[in-house]
Amino acid sequence: MKKKFKILIDGKELSVKHGQTILEVASNNGIYIPTLCNYVNLEPQASCRVCSVKVNGRPMTACTTTVRPKMEIENDTKEMNELRKIIIETMFITGNHFCPSCEKSGNCELQALAYRLKMDVPQFSYSFSNKDIDASNPKLMIDHNRCIKCKRCARGIKTDDGKDIFAFKNRGKKIMISIDNELAKNISDEKAQEAMDICPVGAILKKERGFIDPIGTRKYDNKPIGSDIEKLMEVRS
Amino acid sequence: MGKKITIEPVTRVEGHGKVTIHLDDNNNFKRSRLHIVEFRGFEKFIQGRPYWEAPVTVQRLCGICPVSHHLAAAKAMDVIVGAGTGDGLTPTGEKMRRLMHFGQVFQSHVLHFFHLASPDLLFGIDGDPAIRNVIGIAKMHKELAVQAVMMRKYGQEIIKVTAGKKIHGTGAIPGGINRHLEIHNKISLINGPDPMNIDKMIEWSLGGLDFFKNYHKDHKDVIDNFAAYPSKHLSMVRKDGALDLYHGVLRAIDSEGNKILNDVDTQDYLKHIAEEVRSWSYMKFPYLKKYGPKDGWYRVGPLARLNTVDFIPSPLAQKEFEIFQAYTDGKPNNMSMHYHWARLIEILHCAEMMKELLNDPNLMKGELVTKGKKGNEGIGVLEAPRGTLFHHYKINKDDQITMANLIVSTTNNNIPMNLAVESAAKQFISGQEKIDEGMLNAVEVGIRAYDPCLSCATHAIGKLPLQVKLYDSNNNLLDIKTKD
Ligand code: SF4
Ligand code: FES
Repeated sequence: MKKKFKILIDGKELSVKHGQTILEVASNNGIYIPTLCNYVNLEPQASCRVCSVKVNGRPMTACTTTVRPKMEIENDTKEMNELRKIIIETMFITGNHFCPSCEKSGNCELQALAYRLKMDVPQFSYSFSNKDIDASNPKLMIDHNRCIKCKRCARGIKTDDGKDIFAFKNRGKKIMISIDNELAKNISDEKAQEAMDICPVGAILKKERGFIDPIGTRKYDNKPIGSDIEKLMEVRS
Repeated sequence: MGKKITIEPVTRVEGHGKVTIHLDDNNNFKRSRLHIVEFRGFEKFIQGRPYWEAPVTVQRLCGICPVSHHLAAAKAMDVIVGAGTGDGLTPTGEKMRRLMHFGQVFQSHVLHFFHLASPDLLFGIDGDPAIRNVIGIAKMHKELAVQAVMMRKYGQEIIKVTAGKKIHGTGAIPGGINRHLEIHNKISLINGPDPMNIDKMIEWSLGGLDFFKNYHKDHKDVIDNFAAYPSKHLSMVRKDGALDLYHGVLRAIDSEGNKILNDVDTQDYLKHIAEEVRSWSYMKFPYLKKYGPKDGWYRVGPLARLNTVDFIPSPLAQKEFEIFQAYTDGKPNNMSMHYHWARLIEILHCAEMMKELLNDPNLMKGELVTKGKKGNEGIGVLEAPRGTLFHHYKINKDDQITMANLIVSTTNNNIPMNLAVESAAKQFISGQEKIDEGMLNAVEVGIRAYDPCLSCATHAIGKLPLQVKLYDSNNNLLDIKTKD
């Protein structure tokens, strides 16, 4: 059995084991660290930086950094939350996120983070980039206006025999997600829904699903993102 | 040397409009126009979007009656998903939408009559502009103002429990609705504490009608003669001729009451209605094809509806309708100011219908959505608060919208409003030595009767940002008068 040791998150002492990530430890203890590119059961890839925390004074990504003895971690601080807010806002201004007409509204992690981090007034100017919709697939629709390039789809959605349905094409600024139409045209409705659900924003849509979720019943309608984790702590204490 | 008068913006209407009046050397009326200087381009930017997004996106056209666009687009999408052309929804789907629509028409009519129009009646068309607005009503006719606020709130609650939000909700989806009526909402809307219950709403709706009828008795001249002119009238009516704001067939009558269009399937609207573009306005000019652009214009909205229908399918409103009809001996009513009367009768009808629907068990359970064989084109027509509203879409095989055409209620009333301006200008401004604010307001009153939705009515609060420009015939600016 691995030996336990102690670390501090925002001054709170936690007893942890080697091999766990900061994010895992925090979540297990009812402490919410915002994330975006990370997703259950996917290998973390540390691309979005939303989970940044300060470890002994240095910014690190909580989803990939494993705990070590004597770590003092700053998470829910003004400085870190400001930094996260800037990252989130950058995603808003580089894409075209028109929440009022997006069917993912209320279920969207990006939107929920913007609310939680109080992104009220934009501090940067919008790029109004010209992006397309790829609607050629009979089951799924890709709205490139909304993709935040988290790669959750590419990492998590495979055909039953393990083939990739999503992949990135192009490089640099032109990088975009693409869908293998040959593979995707025969996917089940469940798989299509899974693809929609893995996408944190409204970039992957299961066709003809639309606004089936009534307002008031959507994931973040009544409680902010992260409150399920924080509730864990309330229950325990 | 002639003169040109500009009224900009027109106040206490929804939106931004401008009026120009040209006078000759003796200040006699030459020509007038209502220009719509606002362009939103929704028809363009909806292209390429998935069809199921349309009901949610296009309602952003308007902050006052978004539900109308929401429902008209949803009706068009019903056709696309094979749920029939208006009668194919499940009872729950159709009745929830109807309830939403009644809530919408109720609150929109209340807002218009009590907040935007009643100042002209209570303080007079030439009353002091400093108090001739909703603030003045709130100060001097407190009870009326409170009633209006609570009635509007009630209508908005109805929208909230059916669409999910008071404004810009998502309730109607292609083929139906996304929710049932919840029991606690039903109970509180039927029996809520005074005044937020349906019986109070019916009582106050009757009170509003009494207020108008009493006013009418003492001010027949204004109400009957102001901007009155013969016209054709168009609306959707239920197949049996009843008033139906949600679905039916198209009917039009001429100024004598002869049916010139009857039993027309809404999906065939293009066979009968066309639109003309004129260079000086972003608003198009619709007309009935068989009469051509010059004579084919018609009125829509509450007055047109009560002129085209045979009866109202709710008892109290039907009684009022009979009084309304008797006033013109059953002939079409062509008096613009009677729009207000018709609007108040519709408020009562909406309240009665809301009561009926709130008590209907179909809203609480049952299938929400139906779908059938998919098509690539859909038309949704609705009687919006301000009149007949047409939404028309085409989609490609990938579910993307390729074409959208909207004829909004206010557009249908384009020529009638221009005629109201002309008539008021002739009556109040033509030949006058000096032109004062009251005369200019008279022009606005003519437009306001149609409750046009041009943009934002808040201009009327506090300041009256009315600017009048006088030009000579060479368009040299002679004088500017700004009221604030
Ligand atoms: S489509 Fe969605 S899941 Fe895939 S990379 Fe873009 S945002 Fe991430
Ligand atoms: S969640 Fe850790 S970097 Fe994205």
